[in-house]
Amino acid sequence: MKNDAQTWREWLTSERPASRRQARLGRAYAAWSRFVDNRLAMAGLFIILALLLVAIFADVIAPYSAVTDGDLRTARLLPPSAEHWFGTDDQGRDIFARLVHGSRITLFVVVLVAVIAAPVGLLIGTVSGYAGGWIDAVLMRITDIFLAFPRLVLALAFVAALGPGIVNAVIAIAITSWPPYARIARAETLTLRHADYINAVRLMGASPARIIARHITPLCVSSVIIRVTLDMAGIILTAAGLGFLGLGAQPPSPEWGAMIASGRRFVLDQWWVAAAPGVAIFIVSLGFNLLGDGLREALDPKAAGQ
Amino acid sequence: MAPGTARAGGRRRARLQATAMAIVRFLVVVALTYLGLLAVTFFIGRVIPVDPVLAIVGDRAPTHVVERVREELGLNLPLYQQFLIYIGKALSGDFGTSVLTSNPVMADIRRVFPATLELATLGTLIGTVLGVPLGVLAAVRRGSFLDQIVRVIGLVGYSVPIFWLGLMALLVFYARLGWVEGPGRIDVVYEYTVTPLTGILLIDTAMQGEWEAFRNVFGHLILPASLLGYFSMAYISRMTRSFMLTELGQEYVVAARAKGLSEGKIIWRHALRNALVPLVTVIALSYATLLEGSVLTETVFSWPGLGLYITDSLQNADMNAVLGGTIVVGSVFIGLNLLSDLLYRVLDPRTRAR
Amino acid sequence: MSSTRMPINAVRNFLSRSLSRRALARGLVGATAAVLIASASPVALAATPKDTLVLAWAIDDIITLDPAESFEISAGEIMGNTYDRLVRFDVADPSKLYGDVAESWAVSEDGKTYTFKLKPGLKFASGNPLTAEDVAFSLQRAVKLDLAPAFILTQFGLSKDNVEQKVRKIDDLTVVLETDKAYAPTFVLNCLTANVAAIVDKKLVLEHEKDGDLGNGWLKTNYAGSGPMKIRDWRANEILALERNDNYYGEKAKLPRVIYRHVKESATQRLLLEKGDVDIARNLTPEDLAAVEKNADIAITSRPKGTIYYISLNQKHPILSKPEVREAMKWLVDYDAIGETLIKGIGKIHQTFLPMGLLGAIDEKPYKLDVAKAKELLEKAGLKDGFSITMDVRQTQPVAGIAEAVQRTFAQAGIKMEIIPGDGKQTLTKYRARNHDLYIGQWGADYWDPHTNADTFARNPDNSDNAASKPLAWRNAWDIPELTKKADAAVLERDEAKRVEMYAELQRDLLKTSPFIIIYQMVETAGVRKNVQDFVLGATSDSTYVFKVSKN
Repeated sequence: MKNDAQTWREWLTSERPASRRQARLGRAYAAWSRFVDNRLAMAGLFIILALLLVAIFADVIAPYSAVTDGDLRTARLLPPSAEHWFGTDDQGRDIFARLVHGSRITLFVVVLVAVIAAPVGLLIGTVSGYAGGWIDAVLMRITDIFLAFPRLVLALAFVAALGPGIVNAVIAIAITSWPPYARIARAETLTLRHADYINAVRLMGASPARIIARHITPLCVSSVIIRVTLDMAGIILTAAGLGFLGLGAQPPSPEWGAMIASGRRFVLDQWWVAAAPGVAIFIVSLGFNLLGDGLREALDPKAAGQ
Repeated sequence: MAPGTARAGGRRRARLQATAMAIVRFLVVVALTYLGLLAVTFFIGRVIPVDPVLAIVGDRAPTHVVERVREELGLNLPLYQQFLIYIGKALSGDFGTSVLTSNPVMADIRRVFPATLELATLGTLIGTVLGVPLGVLAAVRRGSFLDQIVRVIGLVGYSVPIFWLGLMALLVFYARLGWVEGPGRIDVVYEYTVTPLTGILLIDTAMQGEWEAFRNVFGHLILPASLLGYFSMAYISRMTRSFMLTELGQEYVVAARAKGLSEGKIIWRHALRNALVPLVTVIALSYATLLEGSVLTETVFSWPGLGLYITDSLQNADMNAVLGGTIVVGSVFIGLNLLSDLLYRVLDPRTRAR
Repeated sequence: MSSTRMPINAVRNFLSRSLSRRALARGLVGATAAVLIASASPVALAATPKDTLVLAWAIDDIITLDPAESFEISAGEIMGNTYDRLVRFDVADPSKLYGDVAESWAVSEDGKTYTFKLKPGLKFASGNPLTAEDVAFSLQRAVKLDLAPAFILTQFGLSKDNVEQKVRKIDDLTVVLETDKAYAPTFVLNCLTANVAAIVDKKLVLEHEKDGDLGNGWLKTNYAGSGPMKIRDWRANEILALERNDNYYGEKAKLPRVIYRHVKESATQRLLLEKGDVDIARNLTPEDLAAVEKNADIAITSRPKGTIYYISLNQKHPILSKPEVREAMKWLVDYDAIGETLIKGIGKIHQTFLPMGLLGAIDEKPYKLDVAKAKELLEKAGLKDGFSITMDVRQTQPVAGIAEAVQRTFAQAGIKMEIIPGDGKQTLTKYRARNHDLYIGQWGADYWDPHTNADTFARNPDNSDNAASKPLAWRNAWDIPELTKKADAAVLERDEAKRVEMYAELQRDLLKTSPFIIIYQMVETAGVRKNVQDFVLGATSDSTYVFKVSKN
């Protein structure tokens, strides 16, 4: 345990940790400080935190209602102005208000899909890559079947079967999102399977489950994290695609993707209707990408050695 | 060593057996994948709450016509019987007639698939040719200005809605500047001057020496292909950068530098070659994604490809067309996977089975 | 941690940097050069050829080219330009009929026998002569095949068993048609102008007959007609090409070729039109229309069509079947605002079930947005606090926009409406199974006679679940024996003035009591480049005649 002579910082960065807990905390601290050093990663974190705050305080921030305000006859398709910062849409609703309220939906979709799809893909990929043989073949065939479908079409089919709605859309997107993670995890696992230290751990008597869980998975995590963060934008856009094809977030819900989809008719003259949510999606995915990058650089054990 | 013939013969037989087993396993696996694909499409088709008869007879048909057509389509049979018929049709290569186009599905696919193939191939080519070098440079010059630029370009490509970008690109490059041709694959003027042999218009026009038409087709192709290429490049450059970073952090790079190898050789001959292993999967995946047909791009550019075809058929519960389209897409995908798996084993000795 | 730099590394870095940069530079230059060379074609020449009319239209609804089977709007226009029939109506005044293939006709005293005398010397595009044999065959074929549009003919009492006696040739130039009742002659003749009564080339069609299908399998993707244009090529969802038919008996088509390009997006159609890559764009949204109108090279033409858009209330629902609720909801739609914004240029507010242009249509518009009145009615029905309801909405415009607007005006009286989005076929499937609460959709006239809409809005002969006929009134479970009798009487009324009166009364009845909130009548609008002459939109889908168009 730390003694009074050391400060917290000295304790965490000590080259000779006295306990496993100290070692783990020390590694976490090292990762954190690497992360903080990376200015772009901090920018990403800042954007995501901003998104969270906007989502939480949406009611306070938005000057109008996202759904009920708006006069069809007088306020339709107005350009950005002092009263309407981002203009109004084709039903006369304030776009800024809709963006702010839509941030909640965006967060909901992105978090849920990541939380469902990534662990599933990771598990299937690592097990498949490590076990090899029949298990690998079967799991990869199942992965292939899901991958062989155009993602949008498969999601469309699921939503069509489950019924429209944002929750079903999330489930559908999650179901179609895990295969690439599985493939990537498997690719990494295949390369690592015969590495020396894995052999060493196996010789020490570790069971396959333990090897997969404690040794291989952490090495695959960073690649999967990169892919997941890269996918964040794609997930939001897939949700928009679903909305465009008629399923997904139900109107008048201010889901960003659906806003782009419905603003697309006006993109030539009233560009702000589609541009505003487009920019919002862009900033958010930029944030996720920067964050993911920063996390990767902070977490990669190999990079830690340098 | 003991007289080699018996042992060597035994070893050879063992190897042949192993190869034969491998081939059988491969065939079984492929068959199972197809079966799985068929089951999923069939299931989706029956679960979707759309009446397939509607697409054929329309909304105005009197009840007895609807009932008659339903009977003719075999929709009143029990579900497992329908599935068996479905599989039987697939095996015999007869995917039936599309209810939406009144053509045999295979004829339809022979028409739409080359359009997507043309677009996806050119797009992936652009994406790879631009993406890999950019990714390598970004990794090598990590943290530098160039690195940031490459990442930003990639990020933009990854976050902007493709249909918005497509429409804007059309507006700028076609409507205002006139640098490229508009939506569609070929101008009406040349529409009937080229006989479609492969269906890939670039090749067809070149083969027939119709150079004006060739230029016209290229003019139509370049914008959507660049759009897809941009998105592909964004992804490929990121993954290349990531894989290269991993490689450049390995011990052998330090060793190679210590040995005095030039930086160029290290990067391009050694690190990149190792990064190619997972990169090949990525490129294959990217190609497959583009091949599955980007529905949104095809909509904006009025490109009559596979993505639009499958989506339209699905929404109208035209299961014959969906079946045919899915089998084709699935086959392509399985083929690409196999190719990348093979390349894996060729490029990375570590993955070869002991 | 940043890597420590050694002086040797610095040199190496510089070398590799310039190497890679050179490689990159070379690659970029090469690529750019290739692109520039390849696209150095004279793009300005992208205008349409002088002898071809090019239209941009969403033609993905075409599924067959057989007139006895085809029922879609786009196909309807193609048929109208490529197939002849016994009679047609005047595009300028649809109440006037003239003989197409028929030179003259007569109706018997008892009103049940129609005799047609054909024009002599007519030929099909294939060269085969057009005689009474082909006319009788075509009508018999349509009835025997009994596909979607066949009811237009079978409703005169024709069936597979009797059609060969009821429709027969007397000699090479005379055809006789017998109906089961003495219908209004305008009704029968109007039905004969429809595409299902198109004359097909018997010899050519039977040459391709398979398994007794009367050539249906072949004619789905081929052509066997005699109209001013012939179908040259059809690639589904891509392109449809027409060519001048030099065997046509009347005035030859002005242009040798007409091409329909399938373009789904309004924005894309607009770009093509502005650039001159198409001559006519048919699916422009109100906003694109407004923008295109400002263009000096483009003019707008429009025509009210026989299609009306409505919201219907399922009478199986306990709340929606209350008469006060039905009326209240009609007061909760902001017709004016919708008319000025969402459907501007592509529709006009209309509240009766007969679209203007049909015989007997009236233009009364008693309803407007009146939240107070609606609330009063709801209170009378015991629903002071409103209620919750769902609406199935297709995700296409302008229907989706109208649904959202209506959602907000309903809410002002406490009605909470949830929108269930779906694609066209999904919502339709649910509607036909009577599983909806509210439905928003459209209905187009099948033939140019008021009975086409009366038949579906005001008739419900059998409200049970197994009914043989399922008109819109049935789909909404509206049980109306009285109105059905009135509609039946109107179609048999041979005095035209009296017929008009009867339909006026029917429309007023429905305005008061029906579960249909009728919102607007479709106006078809097209953007046309100024060098295109004589492009006139018809009242029905099959009366837009592209063979009359010329370019200068």
